[in-house]
Amino acid sequence: MSKQRIAVIDYGMGNLHSAASALRHVAPDAEVLVTADKAAIASADRVVFPGVGAIRDCVGEIRRLGFDKAVAQEMESGKPVLCICIGMQALMQRSEENGGVDCLGHFQGSVEFFSSNPQFQAARDEGSSSGEHLKVPHMGWNQVQHAIDHPLWQGIENGGRFYFVHSYYVQPQDESLVAGRAHYGIDFCVALAQKNVFAAQFHPEKSHSNGLQLLSNFVRWNGQF
Amino acid sequence: MPLAKRIIPCLDVDQGRVVKGVQFVDIRDAGDPVEVSRRYNEQGADEITFLDITASHEDRATTVHTVEKIAAEVFIPLTVGGGIRELADIRKMLNAGADKVSINSAAVKEPEFVKAAADKFGAQCIVVAIDAKCVSAEGETPRWEIFTHGGRKSTGIDAVEWAVRMTDYGAGEILLTSMDRDGTKNGFDLGVTRAISEAVPVPVIASGGVGNLQHLVDGVIKGGADAVLAASIFHFGEYSVPQAKEFMRERGIEVRL
Repeated sequence: MSKQRIAVIDYGMGNLHSAASALRHVAPDAEVLVTADKAAIASADRVVFPGVGAIRDCVGEIRRLGFDKAVAQEMESGKPVLCICIGMQALMQRSEENGGVDCLGHFQGSVEFFSSNPQFQAARDEGSSSGEHLKVPHMGWNQVQHAIDHPLWQGIENGGRFYFVHSYYVQPQDESLVAGRAHYGIDFCVALAQKNVFAAQFHPEKSHSNGLQLLSNFVRWNGQF
Repeated sequence: MPLAKRIIPCLDVDQGRVVKGVQFVDIRDAGDPVEVSRRYNEQGADEITFLDITASHEDRATTVHTVEKIAAEVFIPLTVGGGIRELADIRKMLNAGADKVSINSAAVKEPEFVKAAADKFGAQCIVVAIDAKCVSAEGETPRWEIFTHGGRKSTGIDAVEWAVRMTDYGAGEILLTSMDRDGTKNGFDLGVTRAISEAVPVPVIASGGVGNLQHLVDGVIKGGADAVLAASIFHFGEYSVPQAKEFMRERGIEVRL
């Protein structure tokens, strides 16, 4: 079997090291590239689309460097694609962050602020009186419920904990895309799956054994479910 | 409440070695930072905080290299602090594999820096570290002020007001250290922990003074902290992270086991 190649798309927004290290850890025989080279991305066997930071700068850089088209191509190609955190949010139509930002629009739906959600506000206010604080960002280890059976959940306990750090969450119009949910004042979508694309709000590369299991599933996934 | 309270071992690193000072003075060697991080990762720590306490004076290249080595094998969040003064310092640490950076003196010197940093990199990776000392006399309403330079320099700024201002500027988390308690093993300063925890909308990490597992419980239940940070109880093998989590769980605190 020839050595598989995994491309982590580098659009200059920092901390791709973690994702690459974790992938190398679960796939020691693979070639893991952190790259901005579109030809290298196109010829890779699988692609990771990460993201950290503020959405306006992320989407701005993605567009400026032409990765909007590259990401669309990879998603069309049928090869396994994993989007992480802002990489997931960027796939939606629009985000409430930074005063409102148009995103890439691969999925119908929006990216919402926890603190703007009335149900979240009510839960937070109720919590304050009982001494329980719902802080934003939603930061730390939360339980992820599997909404569907998916090859990437294999070997991971339903309700297992993953590491989150975000203030905005994805709300897809099509509920059937939801692969995982968590609860933080409200129930919200933490993973999306469609054909060869899996997107996670949490950080598998920072989620210890559950995260490494998910990445290990990803590097062995044939892109179908 | 499914979000787990976090236990964060802290590595104070001086010239490439983990050290622990009693009130920042008496320094004791606690090992190689990469080995120590690996051990906490295996034990199930929820995050690791790396504070470069020589950063003000020494070459930072060593720190970047150490952070890279830790990030290559530790798959939990890593916060790096000490000597973060410019956007370029933040970029460098994030590129080396840090998930968050902790800003302390630079925020005091130039509060707008926190705004610029949060705007550029997102609030989620900007931690503002606050070193607080109680300045009220006994019998007075308790009041805390922030100190810089390892607790040596007074600023006259009220700690609670400062924490609120920093979160307004975009800090995504507050790392609160009591300079009165740090290294004493007498437990957190629960008064300032509670005051700041209730005043800010972002998570608060309590730090300074942990000497036993009950102190961790108190930090969460009485102090209202979202995470508890400790160094020497873990470094010198008095307690392990799983022991701490089990102790907290038995007392009704949600933890990741």
